[in-house]
Amino acid sequence: MSVDFLIAVLITVVGASTPILFAGLGELVTEKSGVLNLGVEGMMLVGAVAGFATVDLTGNPWLAVVVAAAAGALVSMVFAVLTLSLSANQVATGLALTIFGTGLSTLMGKSFTGHGIKAFTTIFPDWLANDRIGKVLFSYSPLVYFSFIMVGLVWWFLNRTRAGLILRAVGENDLSAHSIGYSVTGVRYAAVAFGGAMAGIGGAAFPLVLTPLWAEGLTGGRGWIAIALVVFAGWKPGRLLAGAYFFGLLGTLELYAKASGTVFTALLPSEGWAALPYLATIVALAIISASKAGGGNAPACLGKPFIPST
Amino acid sequence: MTDTPPRLSLRGITKRFPGVLANDDVSFSVRPGEIHALLGENGAGKSTLVKMIYGIMQPDAGEIFWNGERVVIQNPRAARKLGIGMVFQHFSLFEALTVLENIALGMDAKIPQRELEGRIRKVMQQYGLTLDPRRVVADLSVGERQRIEIVRALLLDPTLLIMDEPTSVLTPQEVDQLFVVLRQLASEGCSILYISHKLHEIKALCETATILRAGRLVDTCDPRVETSRSMAEKMIGGNLKDIQKPAGRSFGREKLVVTELSVPAAGHFGVPLQNISFRVHAGEIFGVAGVAGNGQTALLLALSGETTTPDAQAIRIDNAGIGRLDAKARRLKGLASVPEERNGHAAVPDFTLSDNSVLTGRDRLKLAISGIIRPGAARKYTGEVISTFSVKATGTEATAGSLSGGNLQKYIMGREILQRPEVLVVSQPTWGVDAGAAAAIHQALVDLAAAGSAIVIISQDLDELLQLCDTLAVINGGRLSRAMKVSEADINEIGLLMGGIHGEGGQAAAPAVPAGLGAEATSAA
Amino acid sequence: MRLKFEKRAEPSRFMLYATPVGAVLLTMLVGAIIFTAIGYNGFGAVYQVFIAPLALSYKWGDIAVKASPLILIGVGLAVGNRAAIWNIGAEGQYIVGALAGTGIGILTKDMHGPWILPLMLVAGMVGGAAWGAVPALLRNRFNVNEVLSSLMLTYVAVHLMNQLVTGPWKDPMGFSFPQTALITADQMLPILVPGTYVHLGIVITLIIAVALWFLMSRSLMGFQVRVVGSAPSAARHGGFSQKQTVWLVFLLSGALAGLAGIFEVTGPFQQMSLGFPQNYGFTAIIVAFLGRLNPLGVILAGIVLAITYVGGDLAQSVLQLPNASKGIFQALMLFFLLASDILIRYRVRLVGAPAPAAVPARSPAE
Repeated sequence: MSVDFLIAVLITVVGASTPILFAGLGELVTEKSGVLNLGVEGMMLVGAVAGFATVDLTGNPWLAVVVAAAAGALVSMVFAVLTLSLSANQVATGLALTIFGTGLSTLMGKSFTGHGIKAFTTIFPDWLANDRIGKVLFSYSPLVYFSFIMVGLVWWFLNRTRAGLILRAVGENDLSAHSIGYSVTGVRYAAVAFGGAMAGIGGAAFPLVLTPLWAEGLTGGRGWIAIALVVFAGWKPGRLLAGAYFFGLLGTLELYAKASGTVFTALLPSEGWAALPYLATIVALAIISASKAGGGNAPACLGKPFIPST
Repeated sequence: MTDTPPRLSLRGITKRFPGVLANDDVSFSVRPGEIHALLGENGAGKSTLVKMIYGIMQPDAGEIFWNGERVVIQNPRAARKLGIGMVFQHFSLFEALTVLENIALGMDAKIPQRELEGRIRKVMQQYGLTLDPRRVVADLSVGERQRIEIVRALLLDPTLLIMDEPTSVLTPQEVDQLFVVLRQLASEGCSILYISHKLHEIKALCETATILRAGRLVDTCDPRVETSRSMAEKMIGGNLKDIQKPAGRSFGREKLVVTELSVPAAGHFGVPLQNISFRVHAGEIFGVAGVAGNGQTALLLALSGETTTPDAQAIRIDNAGIGRLDAKARRLKGLASVPEERNGHAAVPDFTLSDNSVLTGRDRLKLAISGIIRPGAARKYTGEVISTFSVKATGTEATAGSLSGGNLQKYIMGREILQRPEVLVVSQPTWGVDAGAAAAIHQALVDLAAAGSAIVIISQDLDELLQLCDTLAVINGGRLSRAMKVSEADINEIGLLMGGIHGEGGQAAAPAVPAGLGAEATSAA
Repeated sequence: MRLKFEKRAEPSRFMLYATPVGAVLLTMLVGAIIFTAIGYNGFGAVYQVFIAPLALSYKWGDIAVKASPLILIGVGLAVGNRAAIWNIGAEGQYIVGALAGTGIGILTKDMHGPWILPLMLVAGMVGGAAWGAVPALLRNRFNVNEVLSSLMLTYVAVHLMNQLVTGPWKDPMGFSFPQTALITADQMLPILVPGTYVHLGIVITLIIAVALWFLMSRSLMGFQVRVVGSAPSAARHGGFSQKQTVWLVFLLSGALAGLAGIFEVTGPFQQMSLGFPQNYGFTAIIVAFLGRLNPLGVILAGIVLAITYVGGDLAQSVLQLPNASKGIFQALMLFFLLASDILIRYRVRLVGAPAPAAVPARSPAE
């Protein structure tokens, strides 16, 4: 295996990790506010179709990112109204959102089947990515760099800002936050919307970063992996980054298994490689959940409805 | 004194909840620098009233005046802006956050961390409070947690401080320290609205007392000239009934024996039990006193069988080891229990009372036979409980959640007592129950003991324990003190044990316990 | 003016049963509007999806056939959700159950006897239960969230099926199509109504649903499930084990999903192929909720959702409405149902926002 091959693998892994990184960051913030939104897969699909349609119509991938974020945030509001204003069960509502998003994206995406789009061009001048080091550093889609920035921003927001402190407080003890005078529902609406927007961008990253073609259900369960990732990361943005790249790597192995055949399939049939990320997720969850570090970090109010007495 | 308008004045405040009139046309005033007691039984409407003053709820009718001007207090932020601070009965703290972060959350203005820390240290110094701002709340004692709330309120330079049942979680010594702070505040001109149902505290601290009963203002008086009994009767609206305790009882043989019981801490915030030993005889009432959060919950769970111990002999009934048995099996051996939390632990709020009877009575009472429930039998037993304990409910098919706290407690106590358990373990038997119901529950416990059952009462209400129990031990940090006869017990020593100071004789510096503690048995309700 | 929710003294029985009906009606109305808005014949779509299957009597058999797996999986999930234990992986258990039964089918393809079909059905249940046992074990031993683990296992099940159907189990006579050989006559479920696919499994499904209804309402097992779901601490206080309940729920719902899977193989499908998964496992989640987690309600809800399956196909052929549309209708149904849940415990009133004087101290009725 040559160095160039490894670089190529690295670049693929980075691409494959980006969608779950975005979606996972969004879910992390949502969960920190005490809300468990299991609709990530649905919101990603809606973001994907919205983003794809935007590029298909306008040819502008930047606009596509904005539209995908808006679309994700918009459908997340359905979840927010149900769970936050009407105190509906969060697990069931999240599932409904996923079923809805899956149906909507398939319906809307019907007309795009077979369409190709022009995705991002790299932002750095070509000469920067001339040699190997340059390639490793400068040859990615702008969305990849954006995802790094978001990891830092989310960390900074949660740990260094007053708004982040309030968000954590709301997730930790909603009744106390309410009695001090913070709007629990307001904070959670915002957190759900952010989660939706990030899932939308994560979904759009599939056509914009990975494969510029429309395919039905193109997220293939990555939304669920993103949710697992938040648990895996112990609700910490830095660990989320590492986790996303680990799962990105596993997802990439399937591609190589399919493409290069024998080397991989001698070890495991190609369907086995395809199942690997899901199996790995289960194993990772078992390891993390069993250890003290995992369960203890969960926001205390996660998934519980907030019903103030008025 | 007469020219300045009252700091706070309420006129005709009324608040309704579906089915309950929480406050009915309440009017009173608090002068600057006055320590004003708001007195009433649980459910009399005290908490609702102060929530409206602090802007958490809005009155349905009535007006609030602040320094003579009419105000509408939309939310707690608005209240704080006026200069109203509040220390809640149930702390509004965030366990996973640090003291500093908790305090920052209570500040409306954004203050740089370093500056805030400096101000916290200054306030603490001024009032002689100690607290490390960097520590995580989860690791703090209840008293320390209350100090966070107090510091948080004081940082805003309040001119009215509302204290909602502040002493229910403190040792007698901590209560005294708190009173020193409150008196200092009042002398500086800050008004204090002090909510309590503990009469001896109010006599010791307050200049005026406003008494509420069933949402209505029944009297305003000077507690220093009233007797505890007169105030209690105003609070209850009737004469106090004394408990009939058969004199000169003798105990039977050892019924429940606990030997070197240790249980690891449950979860992140739990307290481990360490080498707990005690014995209770047939006919004896054994009390476990202590400040909240010192292992009472773990002790109840360990005795009820909700947590089991690997050592079967650690807990014995009639010499048979039951340590490894679960709650169901222990009930069959004659051990019943009532946990502190009614809704969701002792009873299922969404279930009917009949179904709640099945929950704990299915085996002893044969409410289910070979896996199939007998609804008729369950209804019959539930009906018995309802009538014997005068439970106010629409019937046996009312959901547990539809009952008021006091009535649900009566139902739960009745459900266990009528099963005639040989050993009954109860936590907070009269928490949130009105005086009449509390007296009925106390009488039922005494009668059950007289009939030969062994009873363990775990309570934070020392008065209640002194009144009911034959023997008493104190739990602190998951350890149980030696047992002492209530008739020979020294209040000062109990107080020190509750505060975690072990050893005989106490400390020379131990402050005097407020007069009348213990004698004020009737105020426990 | 704004809406104000006031807690009822007791949950409303009327709302409990009225809201699912309301949710279906609202779905039809809002669905029509949405599909019109995105350029389809909205009311036509609603007619095809919800009404046409009922109007065409020759579709009734289809409805029964589609309702059977939805009901069978749905009652299992209803039991689980009652215990607040979330088995989201019924689709995987359905697939693995079908695979296990099909495996027996392949082994016995040259044999004869009345024991073959029952053996396949038992294998289906065992397969589904085994797949369901994994999340139960993970939750009880390692504290793993069962929503995520059961769902992940569904993806694993799909890949497992793909591997078997395209590889070792591929029909040697099948012109290389990714599918297993057709089952033998001894492996088929008896057809009850000649000329339709209405098979014995449908009757078994109904019997199981009614039996579960009895168990849930009258037995200690049902009591245990309800109390664990409603108040876990109270369950422990009453001596009911949470872990045991997790096992019970997953083994039961897994076995029923597996049985549904093998019913499909030995009934309408007669083989396994890449197109075998029909999303029944996910749709059954909606069925369970729409049926108010009551096994008898699940029967009705299963029929409603089966209608949308049949109707979705009709709409596709009549109106060229993409098949995904039925997913949107189904999701809308669940949204409306969840949104209306609050009406069971609260009553809604319109209150004038600005003037506090307009809110006199008078309580709402009673």
